[in-house]
Amino acid sequence: MAHGPKPGFSRWLYTTNHKDIGSMYLWFSFAMFLLGGCMALVIRAELFEPGLQIVQPEFFNQMTTMHGLIMVFGAVMPAFVGLANWMIPMMIGAPDMALPRMNNWSFWILPFAFAMLASTLFMDGGAPNFGWTFYAPLSTEYAPPSTTFFIFSIHIMGASSIMGAINIIATILNMRAPGMTLMKMPLFVWTWLITAYLLIAVMPVLAGVVTMMLMDIHFGTSFFSAAGGGDPVLFQHVFWFFGHPEVYIMILPAFGIVSAIIPTFARKPLFGYSSMVYATASIAFLSFIVWAHHMFTVGMPIAGELFFMYATMLIAVPTGVKVFNWVTTMFRGSMTFETPMLFAIAFVILFTIGGFSGLMLAIAPADFQYHDTYFVVAHFHYVLVPGAIFSITAGVYYWLPKWTGNMYNETMGKVHFWLAFVGLNVTFFPMHFVGLAGMPRRIPDYALQFADFNQIASVGAFLFGAAQIVFLFNVVRTVMGGKKATDEVWDDPEGLEWTVASPAPYHTFSTPPAVR
Amino acid sequence: MLKGFDRLFALLATSLPAYSAFAEVEGAERWGVNMTQGVTEVSRTTYDLHMLIFWICVAIGVVVFGVMFYSMWRHRKSKGYRAAQFHESTAVELVWTIIPTLILVLMAIPATKTLYDIYDTGEADLDIMVTGYQWKWKYDYLGTDVSFFSNLSTPRSQVDNQLPKGENYLLEVDEPVVVPVGKKIRFLFTANDVIHAWWVPDLAVKKDAIPGFINDAWTRIDEPGIYRGQCAELCGKDHGFMPIVVKAVPEQEYDAWLNERAAQAAKMRELTEKTFDFDELFAMGEKVYNRNCAACHQPNGQGVPGTFPAIAGSQVATGPLDKHLNMVVNGSSKNPAMQAFGPQLSEVDIAAVITYQRNAFGNEMGDTVQPVDILNFKNKQ
Repeated sequence: MAHGPKPGFSRWLYTTNHKDIGSMYLWFSFAMFLLGGCMALVIRAELFEPGLQIVQPEFFNQMTTMHGLIMVFGAVMPAFVGLANWMIPMMIGAPDMALPRMNNWSFWILPFAFAMLASTLFMDGGAPNFGWTFYAPLSTEYAPPSTTFFIFSIHIMGASSIMGAINIIATILNMRAPGMTLMKMPLFVWTWLITAYLLIAVMPVLAGVVTMMLMDIHFGTSFFSAAGGGDPVLFQHVFWFFGHPEVYIMILPAFGIVSAIIPTFARKPLFGYSSMVYATASIAFLSFIVWAHHMFTVGMPIAGELFFMYATMLIAVPTGVKVFNWVTTMFRGSMTFETPMLFAIAFVILFTIGGFSGLMLAIAPADFQYHDTYFVVAHFHYVLVPGAIFSITAGVYYWLPKWTGNMYNETMGKVHFWLAFVGLNVTFFPMHFVGLAGMPRRIPDYALQFADFNQIASVGAFLFGAAQIVFLFNVVRTVMGGKKATDEVWDDPEGLEWTVASPAPYHTFSTPPAVR
Repeated sequence: MLKGFDRLFALLATSLPAYSAFAEVEGAERWGVNMTQGVTEVSRTTYDLHMLIFWICVAIGVVVFGVMFYSMWRHRKSKGYRAAQFHESTAVELVWTIIPTLILVLMAIPATKTLYDIYDTGEADLDIMVTGYQWKWKYDYLGTDVSFFSNLSTPRSQVDNQLPKGENYLLEVDEPVVVPVGKKIRFLFTANDVIHAWWVPDLAVKKDAIPGFINDAWTRIDEPGIYRGQCAELCGKDHGFMPIVVKAVPEQEYDAWLNERAAQAAKMRELTEKTFDFDELFAMGEKVYNRNCAACHQPNGQGVPGTFPAIAGSQVATGPLDKHLNMVVNGSSKNPAMQAFGPQLSEVDIAAVITYQRNAFGNEMGDTVQPVDILNFKNKQ
């Protein structure tokens, strides 16, 4: 047992092993995904038909708020950190993460943060009910008392993310195997390196904005209250200075995963590796100068409006380059369509559709009609669900045989894919229609002309939810046993992770590998 | 087994009345999939811009997805296709960087023009101040005495599925904002509590109403009609229940309406001098209560435990009159959800609602408050 894990619960509590911590992050994020998903189902059940049936508006607002917060901070971000923990050391030929104790700490504070956030549901006055964007003064002067707990849990999540990001940067910059130059790193490592910088840049801004809220609520300041000389719009500027890079934090690692999977199943090297790196860096840079496109209706001067419109439109260029590169990688490949590839292809198609609606939203005068409608809800679910969630799912199917040593059930994987694919489109595509037809977002009840498409969307949501149960079942079965995977798992995939045994031994690359 | 199905059908049948309520909506309005063209020049330009960008996206999509599906069809291992090994080309990368940039420039030109047009709020024929409240809109016709609140008029029983839903469910108000056609109308937006957003799709006007700040926007409506919209910024519990109704009428009709409203305002000032008896005040008070108070304190006066205090048996409503007056006129200093109704309601309405609250829900104070008492209270401050 000298080099193996300790038995029992203390293995998980005290572990400094990147694989253990990666697994814990992934299981935690899946639990949060189910919790946030259940909240989404409450929302969709209430919106199944006009009128108030299941919940009252107060609780409805708590559901939309908590669904957003839990999915963003509890499901998507920790899942990517989990994948980073598992894969980055194995991809760069390092024995572990650079800062293993901090790694343990950054995971273990998360369950406490989310337990606290979830506990607000049971407090007097209920959970936060001001939307995941928590605009002041609705989130300060007019907020329920539980807001203070919300602020504290955001602080803990932020600390966890910053520590995770520091760890990833330290690992990538210091622990690459000899010969693994920066421009030889797999794209997943590249995208995560850039994401980690984004995290370090913007999580303190989020911490700042919630601290300003805390001061306004408890210590008599007026940052966001006009009555005291403050400015409610200041909140939005600070929030979105965090919030826009945040949405790229949730998509850049996805680009990395898809860039690993498509070449493997097209049996052809990734097209335009260096342009992919530059495109990722450009997107990250642009993400800092487009934040106010979330605020086109706050009444900015026209010069500001134009600047943010042009800058936002520019993002289409590097994003387009990425999509073209993926399509060209597939072109004249020799493709097979195993579950990871299905999810990756769905990613490219549906993320591109989300990109198109994003381009439409960038056009400021048209955005006056789209802003705060279901069109926006459709847009960001099209980039987040097939974007972040599908890529994470694809990554799990792709690397699960390496992690467990067993092959997952391919038929069940395909069933999962098709249920999720159909469910997602049935849920979110009609939202474009009701949004354009004039349905505002975040309303618990709606006018009759929106009824038909809402009903369809609700049916799709439950289908999408059911698909995740297939996923859980498949993963658990694979962890328990199944057909043994080879060391390479797939047909001649690229990367150091495929040079170690399956399942990957508890410690890999204790001596650095040779990199060609 | 059959019995189980029967029961299921019976259950479905009983839920049908609520369900069929919206089956009666006009066919043309249902299944709407696109933005309205609206009734102003700006709304039509916005629509054209939206469609232009949409078709450009469709064209790009057809090319990209076309190549992708062709490739997925032809370049499969199962068809014995052997993979090529090419993996970079600077020329190709340059092409698909430069062409999209040019397309973006083409999009930006009409977008910029439209934006300048939308921002040109100068030289308006009339100004209307729009103030967002939780959860209603107030309209002040600047330069006149006309000022009123506009509340949702859909009855609560429709929301709770006790009555069939009407044609304009959740999009109807007690007092629409009346405007003349063919005139340049400038709206000035602000809010009393949290941020709201005033949105009428047919006018292509959406602007945030922000407490402490004033935004503006303009419109010129071509044809008379009723145009409906909603609050577009999450503003708390009843965000989904504060619609906007704009009634555009010919100019003469508008002038007549404005004069009539100004006369009503003058009459209201007279009423403040009048003494009402208890029954009159109680009856008026019930209406004022249901319109302004019931959303939080509930129609039965029981409030929502932990969030909104009850009126029934409350210390304020059954305590000294001065405290009660102060609470209604100035709002609560501890809980911002309890607004200052002094500036929102007339003296008559405040007198009536206080009388009502002190004598309804089992509160048996037996006292009446007259409009002039409210006026005196306000003047003392």
